Amino acid sequence: MADPALAADARRERRFFLSLSLPALFIVGLAAILPILWIIRQSFLTTGGEYSLGNYDKVLSSGLTWSALVTTLELSFGTLAICTLLGTPLALALASARPRVANLLMAFVMLPLWTSILVRTYGWLVLLRRDGLINAALTDSGLTAEPLPLVYNFTGTLIGMVHYMLPLFLLPVYAAMRDIDANLIRAAASMGATLGQTIRTVILPLSAGGIFSGSIIVFIYTLGFFITPAVLGGGKVNPLSTRIERTLSTFQDWGSASVLGILLLVVMALIGVMFLAARRLLTRNGAAHA
Amino acid sequence: MKSLAITIDSVRKTYGTYIALDDVSLDIKAGEFLTLLGPSGSGKTTLLMALAGFVRPDSGKLLLGDQDITRLAPNKRDIGIVFQNYALFPHMNVLANVEYPLVLRKAPRAEVRKRAFEALARVKLEDLSERNIAALSGGQRQRVALARAIVFEPRVMLMDEPLSALDKNLRETMQYEIRRLHDDLGITTIYVTHDQREALIMSDRIVVMNSGRIQQIDTPQRIYNHPSTRFVAEFMGEANIIAPGLVRRIDGVDASPEALMIRAESFHLDAKLAGRDGVALEGTLRAKAFRGENWLLTLVLDGGQEVLVCIPAALASGCAELATGQSMTAFASAAKVHAIPGART
Repeated sequence: MADPALAADARRERRFFLSLSLPALFIVGLAAILPILWIIRQSFLTTGGEYSLGNYDKVLSSGLTWSALVTTLELSFGTLAICTLLGTPLALALASARPRVANLLMAFVMLPLWTSILVRTYGWLVLLRRDGLINAALTDSGLTAEPLPLVYNFTGTLIGMVHYMLPLFLLPVYAAMRDIDANLIRAAASMGATLGQTIRTVILPLSAGGIFSGSIIVFIYTLGFFITPAVLGGGKVNPLSTRIERTLSTFQDWGSASVLGILLLVVMALIGVMFLAARRLLTRNGAAHA
Repeated sequence: MKSLAITIDSVRKTYGTYIALDDVSLDIKAGEFLTLLGPSGSGKTTLLMALAGFVRPDSGKLLLGDQDITRLAPNKRDIGIVFQNYALFPHMNVLANVEYPLVLRKAPRAEVRKRAFEALARVKLEDLSERNIAALSGGQRQRVALARAIVFEPRVMLMDEPLSALDKNLRETMQYEIRRLHDDLGITTIYVTHDQREALIMSDRIVVMNSGRIQQIDTPQRIYNHPSTRFVAEFMGEANIIAPGLVRRIDGVDASPEALMIRAESFHLDAKLAGRDGVALEGTLRAKAFRGENWLLTLVLDGGQEVLVCIPAALASGCAELATGQSMTAFASAAKVHAIPGART
């Protein structure tokens, strides 16, 4: 028979620790859940103040919405693909470097994170413009006759977004790779695995969790990315985020903007579920066999 | 399975000013079970990792049979390794782990499966082939690691303290199993441990190492009974190094002029058991401890030197009544008194 006084002590202790989460819950409720509820309400309100599905009808039947959605997905998947291709080998290099070298390289990787995104975006403008540093170097050296269209288009937007996302992708991947027991890699080699085989059969499967986390971070950020497409896209790259902004600033149409916002939220949730399902599937297969 | 001899020729490895291996030379016979024994930092694991190819020596040569492997990549050496923490792949099940080296060699699917099950049968794990690594006990993981190391029929097997994470009873069982596996396969095995008993039980020969140097290479019996240095004498068990002047022969003749080593368990409290040509040590009892199978008595000789005396419980009927401070004499037969050349007390 448990002593009721001791059980009460245990309960009080648990309650105290739970109560520590209240300030955070309060802020999340205030800053995230309430605005979303408000947006949902707005999406059903016509300019006349009546409830209807009119906003949905207007937004979802517009070709601009769907092309914005396609642009959003192109930017997100493009950024993710390039981050994976650049970030995974980089994480592997960092994880296998000596600690001092790794720390130094890591500092270089993290440096952009300490700079304001606005500063960095305009920095890219300086580099990528028709008369920017890169095009000047290319034309002066005779490598290209004409300046390349590097900015105010999809390419420029992608460059800026990859630059922003790469460190955020790298961190979880690097952490996962660094945590792999060095003896596993030695064991693979002792059994005859080449470096390529070791990477494919041991390192990548064991860092899949980190790669997934990195990918989800890239997605969550890039789906709602605004500044980079707005500055480096030059008005030609219009994902959902810039559409929302234009709908608000140019047309003051809160109803349509709210529908676009909800669309973005739904896309994010769908892709999140897809990722989680894919992760579960992959880890199950990975556990069964190399 | 064809096993190979190993030659280690003046291998040196330094880390900055720290000398991990100090010109180590060693010949290991084909099919031998050789143990590298020493305290941590003695260089035993460094030597093993140099053989595996994970530590690059500063100088010296490593030969596998006639083949110079000093600069050969680890994955070309064909050496089976059992790591201290087993190093099993957590994302693969038992069977996939054991099949791994065969899959790398692109063996046909059916053969891979057959040989993997043969290896698992050798360690009595066929029934657990579909288990996840996380669901195995320490002893089972150890067996998977063994199966995985032998499945591709390597020419040499290296084991780095493979039993140190297991509890005592399981460790003893595994000692016999690993030795039996070695005897069945006849594969040259180099085994690293810091556990003297383990080394004595398992090995054909023991290499005692300290500070990057080999102290002695010999059979377990020779290492235990005839240590060539003071370090080996003390590392291998409760040894007393005694100046010859302190030892009195029972028949009155002085002992040899060299330093003498007498193991704690070589002593008797009854002069008759030591025999006519035995030696005697006189002192006072400082401490006594009951250790289950024996009593450990600490004697202080006239010069102040402490001597450990270990009396088996079966012969120690009077030990419980001994009082600290009382004077007493310990006897040892001459055959158990070993001179250590050059050792000072």
